[in-house]
Amino acid sequence: MIERHPMDQLLREDRIPHIWCSGCGLGTSLTAFMSALQDTGISLDNVSVVSGIGCTGRVAGYVKLDSFHTTHGRPIPFAVGLHLANPSLKVVVFSGDGDLIAIGGNHFIHSARRNLDMTIICVNNFNYGMTGGQGGPTTPIGAKTSTTPYGNFEFPFNIPHLAAASGATYVARWTALDARRLRKSIHEALMKRGFSVVEIISPCPTLFGRFNRQGTGLDILNSYREQTVIQHGADPAKVGIEPGGKIIVGKFVDIERPTFLDVVNQGLKGKFGPPVEKPRAEELAIPSVDE
Amino acid sequence: MKEPSTAEKPKFWRKPLDADRLQVPKGKVHIIKERCKGCGFCIEYCPRDVLGLSDEFNSKGYHFPVAVNEDACVSCKLCDLLCPEFAIYSETIEQEEVEKGGK
Repeated sequence: MIERHPMDQLLREDRIPHIWCSGCGLGTSLTAFMSALQDTGISLDNVSVVSGIGCTGRVAGYVKLDSFHTTHGRPIPFAVGLHLANPSLKVVVFSGDGDLIAIGGNHFIHSARRNLDMTIICVNNFNYGMTGGQGGPTTPIGAKTSTTPYGNFEFPFNIPHLAAASGATYVARWTALDARRLRKSIHEALMKRGFSVVEIISPCPTLFGRFNRQGTGLDILNSYREQTVIQHGADPAKVGIEPGGKIIVGKFVDIERPTFLDVVNQGLKGKFGPPVEKPRAEELAIPSVDE
Repeated sequence: MKEPSTAEKPKFWRKPLDADRLQVPKGKVHIIKERCKGCGFCIEYCPRDVLGLSDEFNSKGYHFPVAVNEDACVSCKLCDLLCPEFAIYSETIEQEEVEKGGK
């Protein structure tokens, strides 16, 4: 008998086990997302998941929803198209830091600026995991990667600050260890109107953890228990990740702003004659011969 | 039933004020051992110390978890959430079935 997991109805089972390493936080992030999706009660026919390239980009291939695996850095443009063509869809972009913040950084800030109604889940493992652990725009200063063997000399992006400054309406950060809080936060982000961003700090024991002597995935999760501080409503400018410093997690921004489609519909009101309404059923019916 | 030891682990919770009136739920943990990659998250973070590492290997060569203290499970579902491999889940056993002798 093949044993089944309650989450299997949302997974493409023929692709499980997934490729993620032992100790990686991506599986936990995916479980938190899917259980949050089940909690919201949104019809699964109205959800679409878009991913880019990288370890996190595999998510689109594992979920049994309408999903698409785009080219590197372009999940947000694809998701924008989906959202504008069919605004009733709940569009979720599930991708990594290298995909969303590095090559897709421009798309990220401009979608946040326009406040498109979509949910961004950004899994941050501080390096490019799939291609061999190269340093990226989120690598903390001083951290060793395969391209920064003497330590990273570049100042990293602070993802919550970038999102909040660009105009996101919901910004939160959690680690892969805070599974229950992460699930609740993704639930809130899914129900939020506007550009909502959830950053998930995730261990990469195979590359980033090995270069920086962090130990196994379990050791990294244990270190999160000591290093993280929950500060809801903290100033996003002050939550940057510094080596040896505390990782500040929590919900930083939760504001209301009109979305792009709200502004468009308001701006075009009355510009093109009376609004086109759907014809009533009796108008469509073919008159009978007697009449 | 063996009470889980909390002596060596720091306690992060207080005893509920109505602890004597509460009915502790019963759970059963299911492990799909062929999916396990042996990360040990479930064993480390089980709040009731239900799980332990097995001596056996699965077909991929990983040690999978086993329920060493099965009666202590309260089906809090933390292992469901933390497991990256969709390899472990818990079910609540209804109270009537517990009285009849369990599943």
